[in-house]
Amino acid sequence: MKFMRNMLDKLEPHFHEGGKYHSWYSLYEAVDTIFYQPSQVTKTTSHVRDGIDLKRIMITVWLATFPAMFYGMYNMGFQANTIIAATGLDGAPGWHGAVIELLAGYNPDSIWDCFWHGAAYFLPIYAVTFIVGGFWEVLFAMKRGHEINEGFFVTSVLFALIVPPDLPLWQAALGITFGVVMGKEVFGGTGKNFLNPALTGRAFLFFAYAPDLSGDQVWTTVDAYTMATPLSIAAQEGMAQLQQQYTWMDAFIGRLPGSIGETSTLAILIGGVVLLAMRIASFRIVGGVMVGMIATALMFNAIGSDSNPMFQMTPAWHLVVGSFAFGMIFMATDPVSASMTDVGKWWFGGLIGVMIVLIRVVNPAFPEGTMLAILFANLFAPLIDHIVVRANVKRRLARV
Amino acid sequence: MEQLLSLFVQAIFIENMALAFFLGMCTFLAISKKMDAAVGLGIAIVVVLGLTVPVNNLIYQYLLADGALAWAGLPDVDLSFLGLISYIGVIAALVQIMEMFLDKYIPALYNALGVFLPLITVNCAILGGTMFMVERTYTFPESVVFGLGSGVGWALAIIALAGIREKLKYSDVPAGLQGLGITFISVGLMSLAFMSFTGIDL
Repeated sequence: MKFMRNMLDKLEPHFHEGGKYHSWYSLYEAVDTIFYQPSQVTKTTSHVRDGIDLKRIMITVWLATFPAMFYGMYNMGFQANTIIAATGLDGAPGWHGAVIELLAGYNPDSIWDCFWHGAAYFLPIYAVTFIVGGFWEVLFAMKRGHEINEGFFVTSVLFALIVPPDLPLWQAALGITFGVVMGKEVFGGTGKNFLNPALTGRAFLFFAYAPDLSGDQVWTTVDAYTMATPLSIAAQEGMAQLQQQYTWMDAFIGRLPGSIGETSTLAILIGGVVLLAMRIASFRIVGGVMVGMIATALMFNAIGSDSNPMFQMTPAWHLVVGSFAFGMIFMATDPVSASMTDVGKWWFGGLIGVMIVLIRVVNPAFPEGTMLAILFANLFAPLIDHIVVRANVKRRLARV
Repeated sequence: MEQLLSLFVQAIFIENMALAFFLGMCTFLAISKKMDAAVGLGIAIVVVLGLTVPVNNLIYQYLLADGALAWAGLPDVDLSFLGLISYIGVIAALVQIMEMFLDKYIPALYNALGVFLPLITVNCAILGGTMFMVERTYTFPESVVFGLGSGVGWALAIIALAGIREKLKYSDVPAGLQGLGITFISVGLMSLAFMSFTGIDL
């Protein structure tokens, strides 16, 4: 380790003002701080409460997605292998098939086969997301002279986890480009945007290339195989049909088709518990989303409807199907685009919960509402903060 | 009653004047820098839309539409070609009255809105509200609800944008995009999020 420190120290002057590689400084700084603590120290009276900094927060969030990510890979393979076994196909087509057959087969009962199958589809998507998004991040950092931020680790992994397994790679590149550039970098980088960059990228893809991001064909890696998500089964054929196909436990553990990382509520909650325990994710936002969702779902349950079966979906089912859990734990709690005030966080979360159920139940155009609900709440987060701050000022003035 | 409520929700969210139809952009972008001015302008728009749409509805129904003058003994007269000029006249008169009212009673808001207050006259959201009303042949109660609803929707949009722009004060926007450029991008992203409502059929 000493050797590496020395080497980095020796290189450092080249990257400083006037050095040969000054414009590459942000890249040097990124490499340096991955391995070592930043060398800057507080110049005035020290005010450190905790060693946790942005880098550690971001890496923790990144690690917290791992249960959902690994389970997602397994589940993608499991869904595909089940179909392959049932329909008697030869295997996956194209280079994916070649990669899969290199190390595994198509046995749905073998954990390794399923895992490897999923990895063969997920890892390319993640790699493209990471490389293309990283390219923009580094380019902007170098041109604009800000640091390369680990927030990008989070954005890229979240983006890769919320796309359908079947996503063409060029669309992954396009989506993350839009998310990083228009959603974040034009505002000046991490901490300065007002929408969640990963969701912005996905929403862009969703509206620009609807056939590849929605419908019944994209949720398994098997070509042109139609498999409805639980939400569209519930919307079209009713809760009875959904409960016949999947038990609540299936949905909770995640043995159903869907976007890569969203299927297993259990795996997501494992990551969520870590984030909540470390106080990285705000329990107020998560609580607000839950309260909003439960209240709205119960309201629709009570109203009832003859023509729209989604009215009957109970809060417990809303929690486990679709991307509700993933959005609640990883997207809504994004500290940049959420409300900043404590009271505001409850309202912000509540708005998300209400909107998710509202879109799912009353909007026939979109079976899933989590993405748009969170983006919608992002718009009103500054306004909520503004109102909370004003109310606080008023209350304290009255006390004077 | 239920139908009027649906129309109200539809006018606010689904067919939001600013973020679904992009009407009234000029004032929308110019007055959204400060929250207080945005709230004031939002209220002004609610009032103007809530008054002009019903008034124009009456004018259309009883004076301009084909056969509307039957009550005066002129069943064959069709004055609908006078529509545009009558509507804009009504809007201009109402805005003028409101301007004098604000000047007298709320001078702070009057100064904050500045030249954009008379410009409400030519704000396309206002005329757009009336044109939608005529095109969709709303009845009088419907036109009241639609006028108020679309006003509230527009006000909601500009207040949200003002909140975002106050937050963006702390951002580090590239030189070429500062000011209006980043606002255009923000509004585009806002309308992306507002698309969550498209497709809802009330």
